[in-house]
Amino acid sequence: MPTINVTKRDGSTHVLDGQDDLSLMQNLRDGGIDEILALCGGCASCATCHVYVDETWLGQLPSMSADEDDLLDCSGARQANSRLSCQIPFTPELAGIAITVAPED
Amino acid sequence: MPWDVLIVGSGHAGTQAAIMLRQLGFAGSIALLGEETDLPYERPPLSKDYLAGEKSRESLAIRPAAFWPERAIDLIPGEAIVAIDPAAHIVHARSGNRFAYRQLIWAAGGHARQLGCPGSHLAGVHAIRARADVDALHAELASAGRVAIVGGGYIGLEAAAVLRKLDKQVTLLEALPRVLARVAGEPLSQFFEAEHRAHGVDLRTGVSLEAIEGGSRVEALRFAGGTRIAADVVIVGIGIVPSILPLLDAGADGGNGVSVDEHCRTSLPDIFAVGDCALHHSRFAPGAPVRIESIQNASDMATTVARSIVGDPAPYSATPWFWSNQYDLKLQTVGLSTGYDSTVLRGDPDTRSFSLIYLSAGAVIALDCVNRVKDYVQGRTLVEARATIDPMLLADPEIPLKSLFQRA
Repeated sequence: MPTINVTKRDGSTHVLDGQDDLSLMQNLRDGGIDEILALCGGCASCATCHVYVDETWLGQLPSMSADEDDLLDCSGARQANSRLSCQIPFTPELAGIAITVAPED
Repeated sequence: MPWDVLIVGSGHAGTQAAIMLRQLGFAGSIALLGEETDLPYERPPLSKDYLAGEKSRESLAIRPAAFWPERAIDLIPGEAIVAIDPAAHIVHARSGNRFAYRQLIWAAGGHARQLGCPGSHLAGVHAIRARADVDALHAELASAGRVAIVGGGYIGLEAAAVLRKLDKQVTLLEALPRVLARVAGEPLSQFFEAEHRAHGVDLRTGVSLEAIEGGSRVEALRFAGGTRIAADVVIVGIGIVPSILPLLDAGADGGNGVSVDEHCRTSLPDIFAVGDCALHHSRFAPGAPVRIESIQNASDMATTVARSIVGDPAPYSATPWFWSNQYDLKLQTVGLSTGYDSTVLRGDPDTRSFSLIYLSAGAVIALDCVNRVKDYVQGRTLVEARATIDPMLLADPEIPLKSLFQRA
């Protein structure tokens, strides 16, 4: 199984088995990372699935839409490696990706 | 043995309360009672992707089946609570089963409001509230060409957009003079009316439904004045009736919802209420208490109760937000427009990207943003501060909202 390496807000690390027919957000949610609220269900209408993506993986992600870019501005904790995890399909190329759950706003 | 926490209702509010309790380290027993037999599922897609057939039943699940036992959250499906004995700390289900609790979280939401006119129970008349409603609707849509939608609120409008995409002949009927009349200002109503008409919806406002006609199933709708519209299927989207009778019967304060304080406590001991059915005072709508039907409210109220139960209480004060997707239009709302006395139109609706800003005594209290995510994001600060800003500046879409206000 392709894995997803997750660091939660308390610093604990978790390795999830990723499913490639789901988004990164759905994988995190189904994998028990309950800090990912994903309230809008993944339609890019909120910013409650905000994660930091390990820099080495950034280049392999699909580019950011204007809506995602604007929504990330909701967060006071936005960084250069911020993404909405609902906007990232978990493809086989992302096996081993490392992400950190962004702080709560 | 009583459940340490018994949650009535397995929708967004109930499930979030259970998940948040575990997240906060609550170690007691938790049961989640649901009226339906499904695993807890998301409702917003019911009038959108799920109705369109673009989302599977499995993908509606809020969590996979294995999640609940892993978190020691006992799902008890198929139980509708009909009575509460607050002194004994026991709830009674329609099935005859009884459940004892130490603390009760009432998250029962509501049921789709039904029409009162003759024929409203004919076969072919549907609501969109539960997954089973939409499955029943799907089964009939295949052979139905003409769909009549009663109610021009968000559910009705979202359904109209999906059904046009499925190439159905759609008539949408609203009793008030405009769609979204209870939740939005006139420019927004006019915009959505024009959009739906441009997409081929026969949209009629100010019409008074007298009866649904038909033999064994619906054939037509009849209006005051004698007008008839033929329909193979009718969708009724006229709001919900909050499910609070057992609480009120047990003596809880309430009316159009069960009254709760800033920690979501009802007037009954050890009983909280959250989500669609909870009538509360909001700093975003000074004056009469409000009942808010949204995912945001369900989730944030659930968190409020979970914190209270684990001994780390914080009053409910989350900023309301909401969304609706119709055709290629993304509507996002922040704040509550209840009680606005004027509006500012920001941008030209003809460009299909604009915001409607609601003011009360000059202060910004809410924004409806259509295909303008930036305004939605930046407008939040204005709403939270109830900022007073020159309407001329607010109206200029070239001036970023964030440049108009600095948080003190």
